[in-house]
Amino acid sequence: MHYFLTEEQQMIVDICRQIVNERIIPARAENDEKGIFPADIIKEIGQSDLFRLFIPEKYGGMGTGIFEVCLATEELSRGDLSVATTYAASGLGFIPILVMGSEEQKQKYLPALASGEKLAAFGLTESEAGSDASSIRTRAVKDGDSYILNGTKQWITNGGEAEIYTIFASTNPSRGARGISAFIVEKGTPGFEFGKKENKLGIRASATRELIFIDCRIPSENMLSSEGMGFITAMRTFDQSRPAVGAQAVGVAQAALEEAVNYSKIRHQFGQPISSFQAIQHMLADMATQIEAARALVYHAAKVTDSGEKNISKLSAMSKLFASDTAMKVTIDAIQILGGYGYMKEYPVEKMMRDAKITQIYEGTNQIQKNIIALELIKRGAL
Amino acid sequence: MIKIKIIVCIKQVPGTTEIKINPETNTLIREGIETVINAFDTYAIEEGVRLKERLLSNPETKEEVEVIAITMGPHQSESILREAISLGVDRAVLLSDRAFAGADTWATALTLQNAIKKFDDWRLVILGKQTLDGDTGQVGPELAQMFNIPFVGYASNILEINRTRMIVKRLMDDRYETFEIKLPAAISVGKEINIPRVPSLRGKLKAKNEQIPVWNKGELGLEDEKIGLSGSYTQVVKIFIPKTIHEVKMITGGPDEQAEELYGKLKELSIL
Repeated sequence: MHYFLTEEQQMIVDICRQIVNERIIPARAENDEKGIFPADIIKEIGQSDLFRLFIPEKYGGMGTGIFEVCLATEELSRGDLSVATTYAASGLGFIPILVMGSEEQKQKYLPALASGEKLAAFGLTESEAGSDASSIRTRAVKDGDSYILNGTKQWITNGGEAEIYTIFASTNPSRGARGISAFIVEKGTPGFEFGKKENKLGIRASATRELIFIDCRIPSENMLSSEGMGFITAMRTFDQSRPAVGAQAVGVAQAALEEAVNYSKIRHQFGQPISSFQAIQHMLADMATQIEAARALVYHAAKVTDSGEKNISKLSAMSKLFASDTAMKVTIDAIQILGGYGYMKEYPVEKMMRDAKITQIYEGTNQIQKNIIALELIKRGAL
Repeated sequence: MIKIKIIVCIKQVPGTTEIKINPETNTLIREGIETVINAFDTYAIEEGVRLKERLLSNPETKEEVEVIAITMGPHQSESILREAISLGVDRAVLLSDRAFAGADTWATALTLQNAIKKFDDWRLVILGKQTLDGDTGQVGPELAQMFNIPFVGYASNILEINRTRMIVKRLMDDRYETFEIKLPAAISVGKEINIPRVPSLRGKLKAKNEQIPVWNKGELGLEDEKIGLSGSYTQVVKIFIPKTIHEVKMITGGPDEQAEELYGKLKELSIL
């Protein structure tokens, strides 16, 4: 299939494909089974300049758009969604610095994130605050030139592995969402500790951990923008990052389709390959068509985002919603085509199904995506 | 201050395990076969780049290290030099001249030597331990002999390196050996030494735009009788793939009869 990529974009795809084939696929089953964080693979991704993509050149990046990030994310997800999640979560962690950070903050933090020397993480979710970000309980109280952080963040991707954390805390609880502020917190800051590692259904090789803040003193200069700007920072970050979640879903769905097509040609029943049965053919055709539609929507959302268009929430939400639902359906169908083998761990499709599920949940559940889409429709009309 | 130059010698070889030979001309059939960097040379490239990174992280040698890839071959060999650049090599030179054709290992080493001489301050030459087409493993030792510098073949770990000396561990059939050698020196490497990296995006972009100089016999100051076929002490007279004969015999009958017949046959073939 031709996606009219430039030479540079094709290079990104080729590099990712090589990492997938040579590094990710050989290690993924064991990493999944044992929950091993693939530090070597992440280092290789950094060495290949993939973390540089979206960061401007003046901060050590390559200044590409979200579209290029989506290409890289899709390919990495074809190999292992755990790796792609780790990659994308670092982006999610540094996009707040990109969109709301001061020049000093960008100079200080972005170069090491661009090179992949350090990973970033995004700390918003809490046990009682997921979709409803306004009910955040982590508090940041001003004390001289600092803020004192207290609270616990939950299910933070790259928790423990990342060096740089964007943390959302309430500086004024009476103002709800408008009282939330965002801070850059470095690993090793006294009072900042890591809690339990989560044992997950899928993306098991990615690190998901609690972040615990006990009287953690953060210099005021680490605040992103100003007090009360945290919620807007998070929403703007999600607008930019959601197409990449769509790309994750497209990648994992594509991988499942490839497994299903290959298997259907070698599996013989009733004296012929199962690919000769129309029941299987129609399933494959539906899977491929849905993936292609999801990919088109993700690429479109990414390109519109890159065009500088401001109102991207609806399209960005649509791409995440549609692609993740597609990934769930396609990976389940892939297991159906592989039958009993698909249900076994010897084949990778059961892992792909477990992995795909998270794309319907994280960075805003699909129900929240529908809220965003509907709200935009009602606010701005259907055009 | 001396700039440290690391020279990596690489070769383009057929990218297939099914090498075909033209029985009439006794040469490899290269048409329609994809060519790649000789597998062992990819470890040489990686080690060159790693040594550069290691030397750069040392305050004494910072900003003074350059990795240069060279290859001798037809103009198409430029593609492997570009690949080397995408993998972190700083620049590359192609040694290409019709007169280089037919060179044996000696004439190849002499040509490489004259190219390396043109660089000032080179301290180390890294080669793959052998090529997958010629398979001799001779060019490295010959090159070191011509320069009268130390040579360590099959290096598996560079324990220490600075401007003037290095400590190299190498893998032999039954033991490891560790040498401390003075630089300049040459080493050859195999797959034990590292895992070659995936190319970087900046490397690929640099490789695409890089001008790769081509040096011919004139630029290397080499006379015709020293290079190519005329400068070669050896010549491949005949090359062939050994014929293998497959014969299948089905053994029938009951288990006892089959076992007896099989035993007799194996005995007859001196296998038992």
